Amino acid sequence: MPFFTSKPVRFGLVETFVQQLINGLTLGSIYALVALGYTMVYGILGLINFAHGEVVMIGALVALAVYKALAATLLPPALILLIGLTIAAATCMVLGWAIERIAYRPLRNAPRLAPLITAIGVSIVLQQLAMLFWGRSYHSVPALLPTESHDILGARISDVQIIIMLAAALSMAGLIVLVLRSKLGRAMRATAEKPEVAALMGVDANKIVALTFIIGSALAALAGVLVSANYSIAHYQMGFLLGLKAFTAAVLGGIGNIGGAVLGGVLLGIIEAMGAGYIGDLTGGVLGSHYQDIFCFMVLITVLVFRPSGLMGEKVSERA
Amino acid sequence: MQTRFSHASLLLSLSAALALAACGKKEEAPAAAVEAAAPQGPLVVKLGHSAPLTGPQAHIGKDTEYGAQMAVDDANAANIQIGGRTLKIELLGEDDQADPKQGTIVAQKFVDAKVNAVIGHMNSGTTLPASVTYANANIPQVSASATNPEYTKRGYKTAFRVMTNDEAQGKVLGEFAAGKLAAKNIAVIDDKTQYGEGIANEFKKAAEAKGAKIVAAEHTDDKAVDFAAILTKIKATKPDVIFFGGMDPQAAPMSLQMKKLGIKAVLLMGDGGCTADFLKNAGASAEGQYCSKPGVPTEQMPGGPAFIEKYKAKYNAPIQLYAPYAYDAVMVVVEAIKRANSADSAAILAELPKTSYKGVTTDITFDEKGDIKDAAVTLYVAKGGQWAQVETVGGKPAEAAPAAPATAPAAPAPAAK
Repeated sequence: MPFFTSKPVRFGLVETFVQQLINGLTLGSIYALVALGYTMVYGILGLINFAHGEVVMIGALVALAVYKALAATLLPPALILLIGLTIAAATCMVLGWAIERIAYRPLRNAPRLAPLITAIGVSIVLQQLAMLFWGRSYHSVPALLPTESHDILGARISDVQIIIMLAAALSMAGLIVLVLRSKLGRAMRATAEKPEVAALMGVDANKIVALTFIIGSALAALAGVLVSANYSIAHYQMGFLLGLKAFTAAVLGGIGNIGGAVLGGVLLGIIEAMGAGYIGDLTGGVLGSHYQDIFCFMVLITVLVFRPSGLMGEKVSERA
Repeated sequence: MQTRFSHASLLLSLSAALALAACGKKEEAPAAAVEAAAPQGPLVVKLGHSAPLTGPQAHIGKDTEYGAQMAVDDANAANIQIGGRTLKIELLGEDDQADPKQGTIVAQKFVDAKVNAVIGHMNSGTTLPASVTYANANIPQVSASATNPEYTKRGYKTAFRVMTNDEAQGKVLGEFAAGKLAAKNIAVIDDKTQYGEGIANEFKKAAEAKGAKIVAAEHTDDKAVDFAAILTKIKATKPDVIFFGGMDPQAAPMSLQMKKLGIKAVLLMGDGGCTADFLKNAGASAEGQYCSKPGVPTEQMPGGPAFIEKYKAKYNAPIQLYAPYAYDAVMVVVEAIKRANSADSAAILAELPKTSYKGVTTDITFDEKGDIKDAAVTLYVAKGGQWAQVETVGGKPAEAAPAAPATAPAAPAPAAK
């Protein structure tokens, strides 16, 4: 069979593929976690909360400050992580509530462009505040989770990566149950449908919107803690690009749809990893791995051309 | 209404013009008056300094600015007399965000502010486009850290650099990888910036000339933190050494992710990864990784130990990377002002090529292109949380050049620009 013999089979082809799949799933789960926050707020308010990425960053840096404060104590690492996560989540919940109260609520009935601009403004303010408070340097995040890797078909996966995937999946499931099965969820859906009518039915729209921001911000804190654990670094600008990618993921999956956010995130992560891994070989070296972003935005554009509301999006044309 | 409005706007523009004229006068009038009446008034000299002060490289940019500020403070404290007036240097620190577009905006700002000379920019990517602006405005530019060879190759009389360029550094790195590290298969990653791609290309050339094989060439950018995909791809090519052309915000997570993916290869970097922050953020994974830095180790620099002390006392932080070079870049300009007995850009430009200055980093003399002569490159290995010197290649012989000539009192200095 000359076809096989003329081209030497590259050793580790399967391992490489599985590893890329794991890389993509990890990255995608991170995107998904952040995308959930975008999609929740959009689902209720039709507002793109561009400051969400910054809340992720604040979560990571607050948790890091807690780790540092507790480093001297002899508490088990997992407990330190949990305390860090709890305090980070609490801080972010207050922050999310404050952002909504200060920057968005006064503009609830303003033209759609106004809250978008304040969102960008809040994002810049948070970044600069974090820079003043935590400095410009990269911070090293201590490894509090077990760091050993497991072998799957020759590829390596760490506990942190497994936890990230589980966290994304559980957050999605939890949110879906919350929105579809609980009383609060019904109020949320009612507010999303028509705030005025919901108010007539006794739903306090302001309270529901504030709660949405608080839940989204708690998820952001979780994402921040996991991202910084995965990369072992935190930085005042870490939320910006992450937020942008997660927003892309939310749009890809259909913004406003909880399952869509996770689907979009995971897809985007896998496309990025596979793009970086194989685009060079597929194009005979014409395009290199630095075209991975072009690759995933091409996918995004293609999807939006055929499905303008995203993969799992509902018709939101009267909104968007 | 219409006429009222146009009257108002006419008045407004008139007063603005008057104010502008007054401002313009303000800058020159006291200078002339001072010269006539009391020549003891300070001679104010503006130096522009540009580096990224926000964004991923902000810590390195601030470090560079600190170095320059230290030199400015020292020069101001030295009570230097230029044409009978005390030299008073003001440092205009600007943030170019390591973005070439922003770099040219900053450059134009400096030209408009009529700076006497520019220190910087920090990144090659911002220095290259900005150098055109300075060349057109005839403003001398001394970069402490832009190592892309192209900077001094364009024939601008205004471009100087007090650091070894990447042609030299990349060559030393490539020969080190193929020689001392005995690498047969090498993977190369760069961040697609002028600096990263430049040094990676010089590295490739040198390593291939020494018989090593480049098995993978991957690219990322200067904002990325996730390299799992390209590292997985590289892992399949089984390299002995992975060279990274880029800065420490990428290098540190890259080192961590290499270990996570079980890659056995050694990471080799240029000066962009040769920082205290790399060691801190790459943690245990830093151990055994290599990097190079132009010049000799800071401790072995002629003025190194004293500089380290002073920097720590002043800023209470370790030196990241370029601070001593930025210090020297400022001092080279100050020396030129002293020799010329004038702070005019043209006078500084005429004196800069004749520089022979015993700096903190080394004895600085320029070749005809404006590059530092007899440049050295030092290789380091991370050992026990420190960068330990492996070897120094090139550099000046032990007997250093004579000290800078004492400033000869020349013709009375014209007023500063």
